[in-house]
Amino acid sequence: MSAPFTKLAWTNVSKDLRLEWRSRDVFNSMMFFALIVVVVFSFAFEREDSKPVMGGLIWIAFLFSTTMALNQSWARELRNGVLDAYRVSPAPAEALFLGKCLGNFILIVLLECLMAPLFVIFYNLSSVGPLWQLVLVTLLGTWALVVNGTFFAAMSIRTRNRELMLPLLLLPISIPAVLSMVTGTAQVLSGDGSPNVQLKFLAGFCVIFTTACFLLFETVLNAE
Amino acid sequence: MIAGLNEPTEGNILIYGIPNKQALDRMGYMAHAPLLYDELSGMENLRFFAQLYGISSDAPLTKAMERVGLDPKLERRVGQYSQGMRQRLSLARAIFHEPKLLLLDEPFSNVDPDSALQIATLLAGMRSGGATILLVTHQVGLLANLADEYLMLSHGQLIDHGPMTRGQA
Repeated sequence: MSAPFTKLAWTNVSKDLRLEWRSRDVFNSMMFFALIVVVVFSFAFEREDSKPVMGGLIWIAFLFSTTMALNQSWARELRNGVLDAYRVSPAPAEALFLGKCLGNFILIVLLECLMAPLFVIFYNLSSVGPLWQLVLVTLLGTWALVVNGTFFAAMSIRTRNRELMLPLLLLPISIPAVLSMVTGTAQVLSGDGSPNVQLKFLAGFCVIFTTACFLLFETVLNAE
Repeated sequence: MIAGLNEPTEGNILIYGIPNKQALDRMGYMAHAPLLYDELSGMENLRFFAQLYGISSDAPLTKAMERVGLDPKLERRVGQYSQGMRQRLSLARAIFHEPKLLLLDEPFSNVDPDSALQIATLLAGMRSGGATILLVTHQVGLLANLADEYLMLSHGQLIDHGPMTRGQA
């Protein structure tokens, strides 16, 4: 009697986006944190000197904002015990996972789009390499963070220190992806080398971890 | 455990002859917590949960809300509902798909006596319509005309059970 998988996933995405539109608790905190990073680091670097560190700087802002968002996106499922209502429904757990991933991905990409002009203003950011490569590194890097983060946030949601648990679980496992994101971004921005290897690595990382998280999510959701 | 939220330490749970996790579409579950999103209206909540059961029409949702005495056109968000209204909406969420087995945890708590009686009457109607209802409550008196059997627990131990009579209620 359950609806098609993609329709269920989209139902979850639209519900999450509607909840976020009405509460704005995730987006505001993400935006505020990213803004602080951009402004504070702009005091530390001269505009001309910042290019070599821009790859790292951009991903510091997005990585920690993402961690913040992922924790809160699951926390709202615990309020009023709503997650239990999902668990007792015939809808597959994977549809919830895909919906959560897509919802978080949309929010973080939106944040990245809003932050991009600020990076240009504060750091005189410009891309020497092709812009499409920068977009691709950003999208793949964001998906890598979101898919792992959504999974580990679900895993840590019932722990007492979930805000602490998520970065402890997410960051070590995401180190290879973070290295590729930072290197790839720096290569495109400086024009120093091709990011093709990083792009291929990120694509592989996304495929492997998306598959693994999909296969394991039901176990994580029902773990007590 | 029957709803599949906890695993039994041993044995299996069969609902109408099939494992409980395969019979979720035949079950309605109302917990002590309302299991509703505060940021959505009553109808929006029901629409979301209905999609999980493959229901895309508003008709059964409107009917469920009317059965529990709520206005389907009410646009107020659930976060602004009274406890009693949340309880009613929670019941509507549990019954909109006409479940054959209804699991209810304290459905009469936080509602006024008239509303509790109204809910009891609704449940009696569902029972007469062929649904099986497993209900946990401290307000035994409301079950006089509803329950066929009772199990009385004290400190986790079964202390009494048998067919329900008005005198016992």
